[in-house]
Amino acid sequence: MISENSPIILSVNNLTANVNGTQILKGMNLEIKAGEIHAIMGPNGSGKSTFSKVLAGHPAYDVTGGEVQFLGQNLLELEPEDRARSGVFLAFQYPLEIPGVSNLDFLRVAYNSRQKHQGLEELDAFDFDELVQQKLDIVKMDAAFLNRSVNEGFSGGEKKRNEILQMALLEPKLGILDETDSGLDIDALKIVADGVNQLSNPDNATLMITHYQRLLNYVVPDYVHVMANGRIIRSGTKDLALELEARGYDWVLDEAAAGVA
Amino acid sequence: MTASVTSLVNQPYKYGFVTDIESDTIPAGLSEDVIRLISAKKNEPDFMLEFRLKAYRQWLKMDEPTWAEVGYAKIDYQKIVYYSAPKQQKKLNSLDEVDPTLLETFEKLGIPLSEQKRLSNVAVDAIFDSVSVATTFREQLFEVGVIFCSISEAMREYPELIQKYLGSVVPVGDNFFAALNAAVFTDGSFVYIPKGVACPMELSTYFRINNGDSGQFERTLIVAEEGSSVSYLEGCTAPMFDTNQLHAAVVELVALDHADIKYSTVQNWYAGDANGKGGIYNFVTKRGLCQGVNSKISWTQVETGSAITWKYPSCVLVGDNSVGEFYSVALTNNMQQADTGTKMVHVGKNTRSTIISKGISAGKSENSYRGLVKIGPKADGARNYSQCDSMLIGDTAGANTFPYIQVQNNTARVEHEASTSKIGEDQLFFFRQRGISAEDAISMMISGFCKDVFSQLPMEFAVEADRLLALKLEGSVG
Ligand SMILES: Nc1ncnc2c1ncn2[C@@H]1O[C@H](COP(=O)(O)OP(=O)(O)OP(=O)(O)O)[C@@H](O)[C@H]1O
Ligand SMILES: [Mg+2]
Repeated sequence: MISENSPIILSVNNLTANVNGTQILKGMNLEIKAGEIHAIMGPNGSGKSTFSKVLAGHPAYDVTGGEVQFLGQNLLELEPEDRARSGVFLAFQYPLEIPGVSNLDFLRVAYNSRQKHQGLEELDAFDFDELVQQKLDIVKMDAAFLNRSVNEGFSGGEKKRNEILQMALLEPKLGILDETDSGLDIDALKIVADGVNQLSNPDNATLMITHYQRLLNYVVPDYVHVMANGRIIRSGTKDLALELEARGYDWVLDEAAAGVA
Repeated sequence: MTASVTSLVNQPYKYGFVTDIESDTIPAGLSEDVIRLISAKKNEPDFMLEFRLKAYRQWLKMDEPTWAEVGYAKIDYQKIVYYSAPKQQKKLNSLDEVDPTLLETFEKLGIPLSEQKRLSNVAVDAIFDSVSVATTFREQLFEVGVIFCSISEAMREYPELIQKYLGSVVPVGDNFFAALNAAVFTDGSFVYIPKGVACPMELSTYFRINNGDSGQFERTLIVAEEGSSVSYLEGCTAPMFDTNQLHAAVVELVALDHADIKYSTVQNWYAGDANGKGGIYNFVTKRGLCQGVNSKISWTQVETGSAITWKYPSCVLVGDNSVGEFYSVALTNNMQQADTGTKMVHVGKNTRSTIISKGISAGKSENSYRGLVKIGPKADGARNYSQCDSMLIGDTAGANTFPYIQVQNNTARVEHEASTSKIGEDQLFFFRQRGISAEDAISMMISGFCKDVFSQLPMEFAVEADRLLALKLEGSVG
């Protein structure tokens, strides 16, 4: 859903970042406009998850250079919780288990933190219950999951669905999905993809990190980027994903190396 | 661990003030003469002096235990003051005659004692250094036959009960610290619930150490006669000194046929500073005897203070079908050390015990669970369920679990579960990424972790305990 006049949601400029003193991001550039769906693909260890965590503000990663604008503000100076409350959502590649904290409480506190931050009405347990029931439908999740501890004992696929449930509640401006498709069975993949499509609208944007073309058949990206060694080395349309599926990464890496040389 | 988690778990201690009050303090040091002096000051019956001297003579032959996972410089027992009491009029006719400084002190601690302000449904025995300064609702309780008073008064007023039960659960020579306590204990609470009476209100004792050189050696005795029940709670705080004070208490509970005793502790002694200077050595022996059939003793403890905690509230399940329970949350931070747990000794048939232990360690603290489940040869059908969960906050704290299981009866069933979880940067980041602040994240995780224990506390105190942990763990994000 590309439109030249859409407002810019995310603009990343020559971003570099370290973890434990090692440089992982080596000059990322990316612009995402409202209504767009982007996909990032790339070999293992190329820095895709790192990029998503840097955007979300994980304290273990040190930004060493570059800029990130989110809806016109400097994202890098916000605390992680404020980034979240202003509309950055990250569906984790490996969602953690939080024993002792019920999924429902977790969702409600998260929802109300955002409502409060945006000056909107906080919901009491009763009204929230109603809202969450509607959202469950989006990912076709059973209400029984609400009373369990967050992700505790959830199967891999259930954890991923739970991430999308959280996204559905928080209605972010930028949803970053880090390999949300991996570990999903065929039916679940369709459900999750369907959920992502339902949540996508002309005012928000989605950034999907994936290894598989399969997801992109269901959630069709406007742009596909290839990331290698800490930067985006090629961008294209969904056809690029098909080509990668057929030919692997070597040719892109080779061409990029030749281009640099 | 990054600064944020560290600053979250470091909250100043709010009860660290010292009350300036004139006191009657004897010189430091321990000898038979000192024991005679204490006994004389308290106007005790002769059997008490004999009890003390017997304990002292045994203590002299004992060695300080070294098996716990705690380390501290050797204690010089001759440098401790064994008796220190605020000076006040000898005979008080009403609580309002208690020295106003003392009333203010307890009020500051959240324990109002005066007739006007006292809590409406909780009777309180307030103990300041070595003596009880006030007990509320005494008369009202006495009307239904419940005796609730300081143990010193009980020795004078109910000598037969004291002689019968004192030392019957924890004998004078039980262990090093219990023997020391038996020799020098100065006060504590006494509770007697007569046959068939359900105590009409919560009973509680609040312990305050004020003198920097004195030890606190209190002794609590609760006797629940056939078919009676009582819920009792103790709380404690101390000023911040950069020296260590020894607190060696003994608690004995006796439950006769069908009796039910619930004993809860919210322990918040001064824990020492961030570098481990100062703080209370909390070396305590607590034991309950389920003597009667179908009797029940339930310990609930929330241990948050003290430089070192060494305590194992235990149940000896003698009566057939008797029940022992232990619910514990132990929180350690900075340089605190805790070695705590329980002993469940199954003697009678179909005895049952439950152990739920939650250890939370932050900073550079060490938190160990140590528990013994012993099933004797005659304990047919005995059952135990133990669950020991540890939670680590940050990367520098330690947690250990030492479960000892001894089963001498093959019809018994013993189950043990253990888990370790962690509140680290990634867990906090997960919450923060969903818009939840780190403080709220920690308090949600901690209350979730502790809820099986907090739900056992009397209602009034469950909120208190939640707040206390939150205080210890919350702060500004660094
Ligand atoms: N905390 C860390 N300490 C050290 N190295 C790290 C840390 N986090 C990430 N790295 C390294 O950074 C590189 C990029 O990791 P990242 O997880 O971003 O890759 P990815 O592109 O998401 O890979 P995958 O496709 O396997 O998910 C890897 O080499 C990884 O080992
Ligand atoms: Mg990854």
